[in-house]
Formats: sequence, structure tokens, C-alpha cells
Amino acid sequence: MKLKTILGTLASASLLATGAIAADLTIVHGSIGRDQEVLRSQLDKFEAATDHTVTIVSMPESTTDQFGQYKLWLSAESDDIDVYRMDVIWAPQLAAHFVDLTPHVADIVGDFVPAAIESQTVDGKLVALPMFLGAPALYYRSDLLEKYGEEVPTTWQGLTETAQKIMDGERAAGNDDMWGFVWQGAAYEGLTCDAQEWVHSSGGGRIVELDGSIQINNPEAAAALDLAASWVGTITPEGVLNYKEEDARGVFQSGNAVFMRNWNYAFALAAGDDSPVKGKFGVSILPAGEGGQSTATLGGWHLGVTKYSNNQEAAIELVRFLNNYENQKERAIITSRPPTVSAVYLDPDVAAEQEFIPLWKPVVDNALPRPSAATLRKYNEVSSAFWTAVHNTLSGNGTGTENLAKLETELTRLRGPRW
Amino acid sequence: MAGKTAQSRLSRNRTRSAWLFLAPMLVTLFVVAAWPLGRTVWFSFTDASLDLISQARWVGIRNYLEWVDWGDGTGQYYGLLADPRWWRSVWNTVRFAVVSVSFETLFGLVIALVLNQSFRGRGLVRAAVLIPWAIPTIVSAKMWAWMMHDQFGILNDMFMRLGLISEPVAWTASPDTAMIAILIVDIWKTTPFMALLILAGLQMVPQDIYEAAKLDGVPPTRVFRKITLPLIMPAVLVAVVFRALDALRVFDIVYVLTPNTDATRTMSVYARENLFDFDQFAYGSAASTLLFLVIALITISFILATRMDLEGNTT
Repeated sequence: MKLKTILGTLASASLLATGAIAADLTIVHGSIGRDQEVLRSQLDKFEAATDHTVTIVSMPESTTDQFGQYKLWLSAESDDIDVYRMDVIWAPQLAAHFVDLTPHVADIVGDFVPAAIESQTVDGKLVALPMFLGAPALYYRSDLLEKYGEEVPTTWQGLTETAQKIMDGERAAGNDDMWGFVWQGAAYEGLTCDAQEWVHSSGGGRIVELDGSIQINNPEAAAALDLAASWVGTITPEGVLNYKEEDARGVFQSGNAVFMRNWNYAFALAAGDDSPVKGKFGVSILPAGEGGQSTATLGGWHLGVTKYSNNQEAAIELVRFLNNYENQKERAIITSRPPTVSAVYLDPDVAAEQEFIPLWKPVVDNALPRPSAATLRKYNEVSSAFWTAVHNTLSGNGTGTENLAKLETELTRLRGPRW
Repeated sequence: MAGKTAQSRLSRNRTRSAWLFLAPMLVTLFVVAAWPLGRTVWFSFTDASLDLISQARWVGIRNYLEWVDWGDGTGQYYGLLADPRWWRSVWNTVRFAVVSVSFETLFGLVIALVLNQSFRGRGLVRAAVLIPWAIPTIVSAKMWAWMMHDQFGILNDMFMRLGLISEPVAWTASPDTAMIAILIVDIWKTTPFMALLILAGLQMVPQDIYEAAKLDGVPPTRVFRKITLPLIMPAVLVAVVFRALDALRVFDIVYVLTPNTDATRTMSVYARENLFDFDQFAYGSAASTLLFLVIALITISFILATRMDLEGNTT
């Protein structure tokens, strides 16, 4: 840290003499799929256009792990990192450590998807500028559905039956590694997303309602969890209890699963030239419970500039650059992540290269946020309590009803007089 | 008379030099051990949060135990001592420590006995045995995570081919096997450490005792029980205490292999979760303080129970 400061000071001192200030910036992100390579190439362009240099610090895949480290850096008021790529749920918890971007992006903020901007605004402060969004899809093997004469399922019950049928058929034909449905079941933030979709789409409401009330202990939610628990060991490998995004993609992309629930990034990779399932799969909205509506959890990653950065101006310049139209368009095409600038959805090049993106606009617009706004600083504990209840149900440690009753007590206890 | 004064001055000088030489270590220990520990204990009695650490206020034992009255005659205990998740992690940790240290001692002893014999290439084997210990824990844990992967893992593949299991086991995922998976990795990793310490003890045993036993025709099992074991016992006990201390604060293996699950959460993982992931710095400090107390208690009882000779007084 000290060395960097000294070098930075020296560099700016020497450049002050020539009139231009070059900053040495650091950006941190948790790379998944092709994020790292796209980011690096865009940073190279930034470096060429300005005199700044940018270093990438790469973090583990798990959101939960990233948060712990970021919290440490921010609490220590570290100037090591200038730009953080933040999960959509973090804004309320970390707002105090970031620069209010409102005045710095006033000229472009109107181009962004309003809901995305709103999700990053805490008490009128724009904590981060949205980089890309996420709304998961049901990935299905179109070749297998056709082979068995099945339609893309629209209900969880339908998915269970179709997956079982195709899996049994494929296994009887000699493919012993075939599974029906893979998703993210490890005890971490990803499970909160998956389970919130099952519950909400089955009419079980939210983990914590918008007004802060706790109504998660209901029969619809319990039934949704019990159904998911019935998948483990039947259509879903038991190992799913420790799967994150990339584990699920590994199984699906190697051709060993009929269905997968995953985020948008998996599309570009599964459709890549080296993918065994290239041309054999499609995407659809996630199924719903009987009589319910399909629900997709709102995801996404956004760029914030920390208050402790010594190069705030250059860092803001970088954030604006990475989120400009061209870069959003490039990311949409290469990584199949839904962009945050509305106009990119209508771009003919994007539509031609990545059919997923324009198709996904309505899904992104209607995506369900996690209760981070209602639970504020206690969100991580709420999420942890929720994924623990779900994980216990999935691993056969109590039924949905029992675990949700415990969860209700736990959440009530966590809330205390107010969130 | 004069001689005596000179001697005591000499001994005073020696004492003074001793303190002088000890001072850097004492200062270092205070700075890196006593001060942070003291701070942690202090934070555990406050309402500190990571963001507002300087504004921590004293709240008494609320983080440990507090009765919250709902105002209608009923109420509920809050705090660490009333938190079932905490007690679950204590139980996980103790279970992990007991099982892992027992196996490591046993295997370490066997390996040390083998390595103590002379055979061709002994130096090479001794070096090779240390490899698991030399690999950083994060790396070996990640390596095992891939080997234990239910779909791509080599472990399942081997066991399936050998016919030991009929279908792939989800080692790290299933709550029944998660703890076993962690134990396997830890035992694999730390047995060399035990073997090394016990081997050092074995080499201290004078060879002439064995020769005498041989001349008297004592059978090998009796030689082991009556000569080898008692003589290496002090070394084994020290090794066990070292390992037990390590095992009781286990963090990295659990964090890499199976984070956040009730089945394997240890005290250290619990403390870290509250300190950094949740906005509960004070509560996490309380957990750290209790972790320290639990370890101290177990270690002291172990030393007392085994009448370990820490002063080096036995002849």
C-alpha cells in the first residue's frame, strides 16, 4: 500500500511537470466465465485513450467470499482499491464507503435502465453505476426434449416429470452420467437466489416482505422447498448441495444434464465453439408453481468508487468508460450479460450475435430483488438464515414446514424491534 | 564475604542480561498477541461494528447472554451462550479435533517407527513424507475439493472402478460425509507433522537399551510397550498438544471445502462469519473470546490430565 502510494506520488509529481496527470488505478471484481478477459481488453483501451494504468485484482467466484474481503478493505479505509465491482444487493450495506456518483453521471444517468439505477440509490445517493444485470434462465437441452417429444416445462412439477423421464431414458440407453436438473445448492448467496425463485413463483411470497414483515412461514413456501428437496438424489445429483454457478455449468455444458438454472453468462459459454452442447440447447423463463408466476431473481454487478481512493476523478472516468455504450455492447455480445444501458437491447448487432439479450429485456425488467432494501445492514444475516433453512431442507434435515418455522423465529429474533 | 558479593553481583548481572535479551521477544509478544487479544475481549463487551469501530460503547455481557422481555410476561434469551448455532460449532470443532488428532497420532507413530529403521533411500522417503505438510492448506484443500467432486472427481472414479461404491458420493455436499471429507484432508495433510515430531523423539532413545533387550530375548511387542513408548511419550504428548491447539482453531480447510454449512461450521468459521460477513463485530469478538477460553481450558486440562512435563524437570 505504502509502495503504491509512493510510486503514485512520484508518478503524478513527474507528470504534473508535463501537465497531464496519470493515475495508477486498481479495480477489483469476482470473475466468472469470460469477465476477466473482456474487462482486461476494455481496460487496455482505457489505458490507450488516457494516460492512466489499471490493475485488476481478481476475487473468488462466491459472492459471499467477496463481500467479506471487501468489507475488511473498506472498514480499514484502504486506498489499495479504487473501483469495486459490487453485487446488486450490497448498496445499502456499503453505501457509507462510496462516493456519491449522482453529480458525476448526471448527463448519462437517463440512458440507464431505471430499475437498475434505483437499486443502487440509497437515501438519494448513487452508490454504484450499473454495469450489467442478471436474471436467470432455464437452460434446456432442445435435442433431448425433441427426442422424447417433450415441451419446455412451465411448472416446477412439469420440470420434475420431464427431467425424470429423459434422465431415465438416457440412462437406460447407457449414459450413466445423465442428470435431470442442476442448479446452485451450496450454502451461500446463490442458494438464496434459487430458493427465492421457487418460493415466490409458487405463491409463497418474499423472504421478507417489502414493508419488513415476515410471512415466509406459509404452506406454499414449504411445499416449494419440499419439492426442491425431492429433486436431490433423484433428478439432481446429491453434490448439488455444494454446487455454485460454475459447478452447475460444468455438468450441463459437458452434456450431462437436461435442465439447468443459471445466470445469463452461461449462455455465451455453452454456445461457444468448444462447447459439447453447442447448438443443442435453448433458454426459457424459469418455471412457476401451480397457478404461480415465473420469478427470476434480480442479479447484476455494478461499479462503485470508494471514498478512500486517492484518484477519485480518474476512477470515475474509468467507471463511465466501462459503462459506455460500446463497452456495454461488447460485453453483451461476448459474455451474454444483460446490459444496463437501455438502448443496447435494441442494437441490431447485439440482436444478431446474441439473441438472448433482446429476448431477456422483459425478464430483467420484472426480476425480483432480494430483500436487501427492507433488511438494510442485516441483509447478510437474513440471507444466511434463509439459505441455512433451505439447505437443511434439501439435505433431508427436517421438512420445509419445520425449517420455515425455525426460520420465522430466527428472522423475528434478528429483526428485533425493527430492521 | 567479598566472594559472595561478587557472585551475587554476577548473578544480578546475568539476570539483567537475561531480561535484556528477553525484552524484544516480550515486546513483540505483547504487540502481536496480548494487545490484539485484549482488544478482542474489550470489543466483546461493546456494541462495536466494523464500520464504526472507534465509536464502540460498553454494553456489558449482552453479547454473551441477555434476557429480552417481550413485555407480556414471556421473553427469550439472546446472546452467544443461548445461540444453538454457536454450540453446534463448538461441538463440530471438538469432534473434529478429537478425531483428527487421534488418527494423526496413530498414523504418525506408525510412519515414524518405519522411518526410524534403516533402509535404502530412507532420506528420500523422509523428505517425500513431508510433501503434504509443505503444500499450503488452501492449495491442498482446493486440490482435494476437485478430487472429491461428485461428478468430475477422481476419488469417486477410483472407488467406482474398485467396486467399493455403487454410485458417486457427494463427499463435500452431503451432511453425512462433509465432516469425513474434512477429516480425510486434514489427516492426510498433518500426519507428516506428527511423524516428524515423533521421529525426533524416537531418535533420542539410546540404542544400548535396545541392545540390552535383544540380549535378554525380550519380544519386539514388549520392547515397544515397555521401552519405546514410555521413552517417546513426552515427545508424543507435546506433539499432540501442538496439533490439538491447531485443530481447535481450524479454519482454512473448512472454509475452502464446505463453507457456511451447519454440518461443518467450526468456532473460527463462526467467529469470522459474524466479524466480517454479518454486521456483528462485537458478537464475533465475543465468539473469538470464547474460542480462546475454550482452547485454553481444553489445553490446560489436557496438560494436567497427562501430567505433562513442561518445565523439563524429569531426569
